[in-house]
Amino acid sequence: MSENVTDISTANSVKCISFDLGEHEFCVDIMVVKEIRGWTRPTPLPHSPPFVCGAINLRGTVLPIIDFAMRMQLPSTTPDSSYVTIILEVGSQVFGIVVDAVSDIVTLDFNALQRPPELEASVEDSCLLGIIPREDSMMRVINTDVLFPRQAVAAA
Amino acid sequence: MSSDPLDEIRVVFFQECSDLLEELEDGLYAMRDGEETDDTVNAVFRAVHSIKGGAGAFGLDLLVSVSHQFETVLDKVRSGTLGTSPDLIELFMRCADKLNDLVSAAKNGDESDPSVCTELVEALKKYDDPVAAEAPVAQATPAAPTSGDDGFQVAPLDFDFGGDDDGGSNAPWIVTFKPHAELYKRGNDCCNLVSILLDMGATSARLEMSDAPIWAELATDTPYVIWHVEMSGETSEDAIREVFEFVEDDCDLTLSREAAGKSDAPQPDELGFVPTQLNLADADEDDFTPQKLDLSLDEVDTGTPEPVEAAPVAKTPAASAAPPAKSSTPEKKPDAKSEGSSTIRVDLNRVDRLINLIGELVINQSMLSQGFESMNTPVNQQLSDGLGHLRQLTRDIQDSVMAIRAQPIKPLFRRMSRIVRETGEAIGKNVQLVTEGEGTEIDKTIIERLADPLTHMIRNAVDHGLEMPDKRVESGKTETGTVRLTAVHRSGRVVIEIADDGAGINRKKVREVAVEKGLVAADASLSDSEIDNLLFMPGFSTAKEVSNLSGRGVGMDVVKRSIQSLGGRVSLESEPGKGSVFTISLPLTLAVMDGMIVRIDDQLMVVPLSEIVETIKPSATAIHQLTPTQGVILVRGEYVPIIDVGYDLGFRDRNLDAKNGVILLSETEAGDRSALLLDGILDQRQVVIKGLEENYGEVPGVAAVTILGDGNIALILDVDGLLNLSETADYSNAA
Repeated sequence: MSENVTDISTANSVKCISFDLGEHEFCVDIMVVKEIRGWTRPTPLPHSPPFVCGAINLRGTVLPIIDFAMRMQLPSTTPDSSYVTIILEVGSQVFGIVVDAVSDIVTLDFNALQRPPELEASVEDSCLLGIIPREDSMMRVINTDVLFPRQAVAAA
Repeated sequence: MSSDPLDEIRVVFFQECSDLLEELEDGLYAMRDGEETDDTVNAVFRAVHSIKGGAGAFGLDLLVSVSHQFETVLDKVRSGTLGTSPDLIELFMRCADKLNDLVSAAKNGDESDPSVCTELVEALKKYDDPVAAEAPVAQATPAAPTSGDDGFQVAPLDFDFGGDDDGGSNAPWIVTFKPHAELYKRGNDCCNLVSILLDMGATSARLEMSDAPIWAELATDTPYVIWHVEMSGETSEDAIREVFEFVEDDCDLTLSREAAGKSDAPQPDELGFVPTQLNLADADEDDFTPQKLDLSLDEVDTGTPEPVEAAPVAKTPAASAAPPAKSSTPEKKPDAKSEGSSTIRVDLNRVDRLINLIGELVINQSMLSQGFESMNTPVNQQLSDGLGHLRQLTRDIQDSVMAIRAQPIKPLFRRMSRIVRETGEAIGKNVQLVTEGEGTEIDKTIIERLADPLTHMIRNAVDHGLEMPDKRVESGKTETGTVRLTAVHRSGRVVIEIADDGAGINRKKVREVAVEKGLVAADASLSDSEIDNLLFMPGFSTAKEVSNLSGRGVGMDVVKRSIQSLGGRVSLESEPGKGSVFTISLPLTLAVMDGMIVRIDDQLMVVPLSEIVETIKPSATAIHQLTPTQGVILVRGEYVPIIDVGYDLGFRDRNLDAKNGVILLSETEAGDRSALLLDGILDQRQVVIKGLEENYGEVPGVAAVTILGDGNIALILDVDGLLNLSETADYSNAA
């Protein structure tokens, strides 16, 4: 694994966990990550939004699991045991996202964060806080606050 | 919680207040029921007194003023100068209610209306000093804590004992007290008490040894010493009594004014005690008075002191080298608390965390057992014994932990008696509430969530159930109506009954109203119980006009729904002329329940056992297809609609062929039956209920989830929700 250390001296450096989805690279603030675990088959929830795979039992807590690819409107396959679940704690809500693989812990300079160009999807729909250019790729920073909208559950 | 220490004290104060108010109400009920003892009155007095003290510390003036006057009158009752009467106790109860209101208002930071307080204070004053209250004097200044004749002001965080004079006399006080052995056993110390008195301005203190036996008979754990403390006459009696508040049951305390000049007579010697002849004052040691003291002193002057003097003093704990004043009144409070009850206050979150962990343990234990069974190894006696014990232990631990959350239903019933009182007063009916089974324990959450529906039902019983007094007399009943509230454990559930001895349900009128509101067809044939159950229909209210009591726009349907949300059921029986009985049946806990594990498509789900009337393996001839999507099944001559659970939950694209499935017959409160179609039934067991709302949200048709032995999640079906889901699905399909 390569050490992707940005200049720490800049004030706005944030540690993130980066993960892969297809050929795309995403990352999420390490502070909201509760744990990373292997994939377990979730129990489907009736009338759930399409991106909710179901719920799993994490040591007695019932957590909804989000198919991250479907949430990002990317091509999605049925997850299997090669996939990884990242458990996030956003506010008081705990939920998991299913991704292909977790790759690294990176320190990113959020000053370099660019808002995603507004194409047809609004920023909220895209769940992106912004993008950070890297040497050979583009790092997408997830906006965890809008990742799992409660109203989507109520509406479904 | 804020880091401000005062805020923390506030929290403790309000917690204590609720305990004290409960104690106060308990005492008042005992007094009302004629079970009045000195202890009861003392307990009531202490409760009011402690509330006043705390309220003063936080500057809650209204609370202080009411509790102060309350306390003053109670003190008269306590000292026997004022006898209790039903009217007085009624007034006390109203005061207790008001204190309750004021405490909650203070807790929420609301402003209270002082006029009611003033009214109560005035009413109390009549008992306090009938002459003064009748004469229009300046004393009637409302809400002034110092206006009482022996009032003392409570200043923030400190008690100011410099009260008004008592009866005009400024003669020095003689405080005589004889500690009992219990006083020491409870960890109190006379030295502390005396040093407090010294701080308050005691001028002298001496010991009397008249009760001490001869050296050979001296028991080391029995106190023989009697203390005489002379206090300045400026100090109020209440202030002195307050010092002894927590030990008054464990010592004989006498307060008296000394006649002027007398204080010079008995001078204590340099040892601080007066040697006396032994066994001299043995006749009446409980009632020690200064007169008697003088007598003994006289004898001392002439008699020969026994050589016992010093030794017993050293033996008695009280006299062991008086330490410097280190104690103050607040320090003694924990003592009193620990005496009161052997309970601890635990944060509810901690209990819930423990319950969650136990839930995990139960699941793990069953996983372990399942794993062992599937190993197919030759039977290992030791291992299977061990697993058996583990199962037993887990079950025991689970029961014990659940018992922590269980609380007696008493506080809720107490609240109801207040509701009855207030409702009765407001509409001019005489009502008495009889409660039974107050000790019945039920989950705390259920108690909390039961308060609103129960309040509503009690109000209904008083407002609609009972007749007006004149009507009652006409029909040969007592003028006072009775509402009976009972709680009892019955086959793993708690059954609460609300019974009134009123006119019963006017079925003719109920029917008329229901027809008028379009709830039933005018020509529908309805059984008595069906008519009664119309009360639970949304939008039903029989009262001719909406009174400000029960008719607040919510009806019995809301009551029913909130009880159902607790996993409970309501039913109703009524007999014209005799009254009505509402019965609520509730689960003991919200954390576990008995469920049937069923298979729907390839998912395991749980149906609450309480919802299931019977299970049916349908025969092809019993099933009929009414519409392409709606089937019915013939059960004993009745066609029951089939609800395909898998389809309604969206797990299946089309209906399951009912012939290949299993039917669970379920009955709603209104008596409607429905047939749930499933793929199969697997098992019946206790499941731990887990909420889905916290991290996800509400799912229609799903009440909660549980974790199965293999660690997977299974949904717990909400049958009523499924019915609604099925209806809306049908409508949307039709549209």
